Amino acid sequence: MSAMGMLPQTESSPSPLRGGVRGGGGADGTVEPRSAPPPPPAPPRKGEESGSEAGYNFAYLDEGTKRMIRRAILKAIAVPGYQVPFASREMPMPYGWGTGGVQVTAAILGRADVLKVIDQGADDTTNAVSIRRFFARTSGIATTTRTTEATIIQTRHRIPETPLREGQTLVYQVPIPEPLRFLEPRETETRQLHALAEYGAMHVKLYEDISRHGHIATTYAYPVEVAGRYVMDPSPTPKFDNPKMDQSPALQLFGAGRERRIYAVPPYTSVRSLDFEDHPFRVQQFDQPCALCGAEGVYLDEMLLDDAGRRMFVCSDTDHCEGRRADGHVGTGDAV
Amino acid sequence: MYVAVKGGEAAIDNAHRLLAEARRGDPAVPELTVAQIRAQMALLVDRVMAEGSLYDPDLAALALKQARGDVVEAVFLVRAYRTTLPRFGASTPVDTGAMAVARRISATFKDLPGGQVLGPTFDYTHRLIDFALAAEGAVEPAAEAEPRDDADTCPRVTDLLAQDGLIEPSPPDDGAPAGDLTREPVDYPADRALRLQALARGDEGFVLGLGYSTQRGYGRTHPFVGEIRVGDVAVEFVPEELGFPVPLGRIRLTECQMVTQFKGSGTAPPQFTRGYGLTFGQSERKAMAMSLVDRALRAEELGEPVASPAQDQEFVLAHCDSLQATGFVEHLKLPHYVDFQAELELVRRLRAEFFRDSDSMQEAAE
Repeated sequence: MSAMGMLPQTESSPSPLRGGVRGGGGADGTVEPRSAPPPPPAPPRKGEESGSEAGYNFAYLDEGTKRMIRRAILKAIAVPGYQVPFASREMPMPYGWGTGGVQVTAAILGRADVLKVIDQGADDTTNAVSIRRFFARTSGIATTTRTTEATIIQTRHRIPETPLREGQTLVYQVPIPEPLRFLEPRETETRQLHALAEYGAMHVKLYEDISRHGHIATTYAYPVEVAGRYVMDPSPTPKFDNPKMDQSPALQLFGAGRERRIYAVPPYTSVRSLDFEDHPFRVQQFDQPCALCGAEGVYLDEMLLDDAGRRMFVCSDTDHCEGRRADGHVGTGDAV
Repeated sequence: MYVAVKGGEAAIDNAHRLLAEARRGDPAVPELTVAQIRAQMALLVDRVMAEGSLYDPDLAALALKQARGDVVEAVFLVRAYRTTLPRFGASTPVDTGAMAVARRISATFKDLPGGQVLGPTFDYTHRLIDFALAAEGAVEPAAEAEPRDDADTCPRVTDLLAQDGLIEPSPPDDGAPAGDLTREPVDYPADRALRLQALARGDEGFVLGLGYSTQRGYGRTHPFVGEIRVGDVAVEFVPEELGFPVPLGRIRLTECQMVTQFKGSGTAPPQFTRGYGLTFGQSERKAMAMSLVDRALRAEELGEPVASPAQDQEFVLAHCDSLQATGFVEHLKLPHYVDFQAELELVRRLRAEFFRDSDSMQEAAE
């Protein structure tokens, strides 16, 4: 989000959807609007002022919906870690595939923004490709795979390795926003627990992990406490990424479309992974560097190379890996 | 040397082209028209309209064509389109008592004003595959009904029961605007209107299963079909600038009023209670299941214990939507490399500790 993504963009074409009034009663008196479904997709025309999908508003959502989402975002920023209900829309991609993140991005996207979309840290995974194209097609804005060039980064399951800076916004796709959901399935109950800051059950759960396994057995979606108040689900990022959320200069927005919740971590806000004095929070460690770029201290994907069990560990963050290789870093290329 | 896989964009494009080809199927077979689907797959079209929450048979038929006959996918297309439509306002309540009935049956009274009208129904057909249908041919025209004297009056059975106070009255219209769960997030507990809205667009299979569960003892309601009616009703709208209702047209609806037992309480006399079901088009199964679940969801209001899934509104409302369900179930197809890697690392560590511990136990034993 460039300096202003929160301000409503005045769009030149306020939702000219299907020309307003649809056909009324037919000759037989039944309601049968002659629907005119949207025309087939035109290729994105970058550079043109109108450069977006014909018949749809800039970034797909109508301005009224964007305003509603922005209000939820503002409230979320004002109360860090609190889940704000919002009137999630039915999007042209399935629930569970990033509709919350897509709506948040659509609501804050301005024409000057540069969008990056990652899934599992990679820009070229199928769903990341699909969402990036969706915005290129409906808004005509510039997209990138470079973390440093992006003003808005929509992500599923990872935080980029390259440190984020002020002015950038990280938009998370969230499947289950409620960190207490698997301890208490009822919304009416969990809302009360949050209101009372009653997080004992979560600590008991983590303690039971320790007593059973010797350490906390939560490896992703590891619960965090935001600004000393709300316990928050960081979305299913590996806990490896949790420390990156703490005091981040970037704005972090979380959208859960199916569950209809938005929450936020404003820049420079404390985000503490829950732990115990004698069992401090620890992140995953990898025994070897990335086989392609030699990076250490980054999150790695395990690639199976053959049916003899040979495997290779490479960067999950493809942009980070490519950038390092372009700078001359070389890994061993070895399988293990 | 290993090179990271690239080319997702080209693969997606090619998959979509392949899908278009698969949708069309053998080009030697004539292509289905939307009009054919609408006319001959009418009940399927009705289901897509009901779960898509949009009364538009042509659009539903087109969605079915595009979705290769996949109902949930067709509902998805209709819903995504519906989202983008402007809202002019709400119609006045439709009067199902004034419905031009194509079918109307009661299981509680043998005869009643307006009569029992079977209409087009699968009931009492023998489910034998009709091989003659494989050879396309003309259909014998249906017989014309003898007009009844009381054909114009077809009062709802529940209204007849209400005259004697035997059934609870319909809650009066409080004039408040109806909620819209597609525009506001559900705030639990949800009122009955919102629950009915959710059930009306809920997945037929899920609602059917829940309704069935109440019959098998999970939230039993002792139901009788007071009445099922299928037919056309007028839809009217009051434009602000006119101030009086103008007709928009007619839509086909299926309504089911389930009459269920209520033993009474300290403050209420024993009387029958209502379960209500209403769907677009003709879908008796859905309307009946909906009315069973509606009644089950009123358990708390009627002072009954809430112990079964069908009585639990958070359970029912949060899970009855086919799009939400299919989206989240099918999202498991998306890559989860990163989370799985985190779990792999943990399981490997736990296994290493397990074998280390059992080794040392064995050594200690030796």
